Amino acid sequence: MTVMEKDVRESAPPATGQRRTTAWLLTASLVVALLVLVPVAAGVGAYPVPVGDVLASVQHRIGVGGAELDRVAESVLWNVRFPRIVLALLVGASLGCAGALMQGVFGNPLAEPGVIGVSSGAAVGAVASIALGLDFLGNWTVSVLAFAAGLVTVLLVYAMSRSGGRTEVVTLILTGIAVNAFAGALIGLFLFFADAAAVNQITFWQLGSLAQATWPKVLAVLPCAVLGLAVAPLYARRLDLLSLGERPARHLGVDVERLRIVLVLVIALLTAAAVSVSGIIGFVGLVVPHLLRMAAGPGHRFLLPGSALLGALVLLAADLTARTVAEPAELPLGVLTALLGSPFFFWLLRRTRRRQGGWA
Amino acid sequence: MNPRTSPRTTPRVLRLRNRPVPPAAPELGDVLAEAEELTVRLGAREVLAGVDVRVRAGEVLALVGPNGAGKSTLLSALAADLPPTAGAVRIHGRPASAWSAPELALRRAVLPQSASLSFPFTVEEVVRMGRAPWAAARPEDDEAAVAGAMAATEVTRFAARPFSALSGGERARVALARVLAQSTSLLLLDEPTAALDLRHQELVLRLCRARAHAGDAVVVVLHDLGLAAAYAHRVAVLRAGRVAADGPPQEVFSRALLSEVYEQPVEVFPHPRTGAVLVLPEREAAPFD
Repeated sequence: MTVMEKDVRESAPPATGQRRTTAWLLTASLVVALLVLVPVAAGVGAYPVPVGDVLASVQHRIGVGGAELDRVAESVLWNVRFPRIVLALLVGASLGCAGALMQGVFGNPLAEPGVIGVSSGAAVGAVASIALGLDFLGNWTVSVLAFAAGLVTVLLVYAMSRSGGRTEVVTLILTGIAVNAFAGALIGLFLFFADAAAVNQITFWQLGSLAQATWPKVLAVLPCAVLGLAVAPLYARRLDLLSLGERPARHLGVDVERLRIVLVLVIALLTAAAVSVSGIIGFVGLVVPHLLRMAAGPGHRFLLPGSALLGALVLLAADLTARTVAEPAELPLGVLTALLGSPFFFWLLRRTRRRQGGWA
Repeated sequence: MNPRTSPRTTPRVLRLRNRPVPPAAPELGDVLAEAEELTVRLGAREVLAGVDVRVRAGEVLALVGPNGAGKSTLLSALAADLPPTAGAVRIHGRPASAWSAPELALRRAVLPQSASLSFPFTVEEVVRMGRAPWAAARPEDDEAAVAGAMAATEVTRFAARPFSALSGGERARVALARVLAQSTSLLLLDEPTAALDLRHQELVLRLCRARAHAGDAVVVVLHDLGLAAAYAHRVAVLRAGRVAADGPPQEVFSRALLSEVYEQPVEVFPHPRTGAVLVLPEREAAPFD
């Protein structure tokens, strides 16, 4: 026994400490990668701007030296590239964080933001506004309706799957499936009655794209995304406890019902905000948290902010690829992420199963 | 109600949220949990019908009885998981429903019948989760409590392994370590020995005895009557939602009562060397075939 205990002292502490070190290293490298990729993404495109000029222009705008570029370059950077980059960062961070939250709330590593119906609910709102030609809120109509519909959907799912003050996870997910089917039917109906131009627009929106990024769209997403991203980490520790199950979490002092309500709202906020401006972009919320869990363990204190960072990075890189790989045409971003993401996810599944003997 | 277990001195509005006040250490004999005329109905079935049980500091109380007698339901009710249909459950002197979840977490720890985990946390991380209720009150005790609980349940050498990679018995011990690390004066353990080998069954019940000796109250659901007789100060025998008998095992474990409750003839006799109570089902001598 003494020999074993000696073994322990030499082998046990490093693993947890190692995870913590990995988490810090990952956070640092994600931030660095973002700092590198943003100016690169701003420079690359149909009208190339050298990275040095990008930095100079940014410095000039925030008033710390630098120099103004010519009119075209300035316009390309500040009216086209930067809104798109910021939108990619916000949408990616929201999707990544929402995915991690959702998997934590449902205690299921395979849960996905679309499962509880936010994505398709938001899609119904957006499609309705396009098909019916609504524009009572100007540019923001699509976003606002998508967000409202997504939120209503998730609240509806949550209310319907509650019984006796409890929410059974299976019921919640099954209800989500039913709502998804209903939303799909509604979208089909709107498509059926829409004219050709609207159908075109809807199809494009459904494929997922950031091509129509503008500053107003960024502003439309910003409050929701920032609020959601700021609130999520406050619940990290409680999410860790929830992985023991609802009852054990309650035994450890977690008000499980309230935790669920708050987090479902945050998930709705993040996902609906992302979907409303960029259409349905799959896989980010699913694979990003998985990658981080494999690298740095399942603790949510790193996982939530980490997923936001990696989600932002992944979406920025994906968008950069989508708009440059087939120049001058542009691949739909949602198609690209799904094409790359699905096989990757299969590989992740097999690898993790082999290593850990399952997902439990 | 013991005034020492009452944390209320500041008015509710003035207290910081999420800062529950830890209870004072109970004195020997304090009633830390009690059920009074407790009736619990689950669906149409009355699982408990008028149960009276008291759990005192310094004592191991074993809940025994046939399958479906209501042992786990009684434990859940004492843990404040199930609201009483009629009657009352009091924890540390107050109605169970009057405590908030964080307050309860400082007063009672619960070991569920089976331990599960959604994500591959390591053993040490799981045990550390038991310290969550103390994050605001006494974080400085964390290291000692975690290390002590892991050593006591002999899981220290798996500390770095993911919980999902452990065997059933190892998981059960890790779950117990988490419950011990919670450092509450009331422990509610639902079949802690079910998945364990002989050595660890003894280890777990010795741990229960040690916690009781240190002044805590321990309630443990057991199937093995021999273990109950050897380690419990008191046993409550449940049958069909009622307490058929309650008292020290030497008095309660009689051939007549156990044979009737379990609907299986049993023999109760003293150990030839120590005189401890032994319970065995009545069996014919092994036939030659």
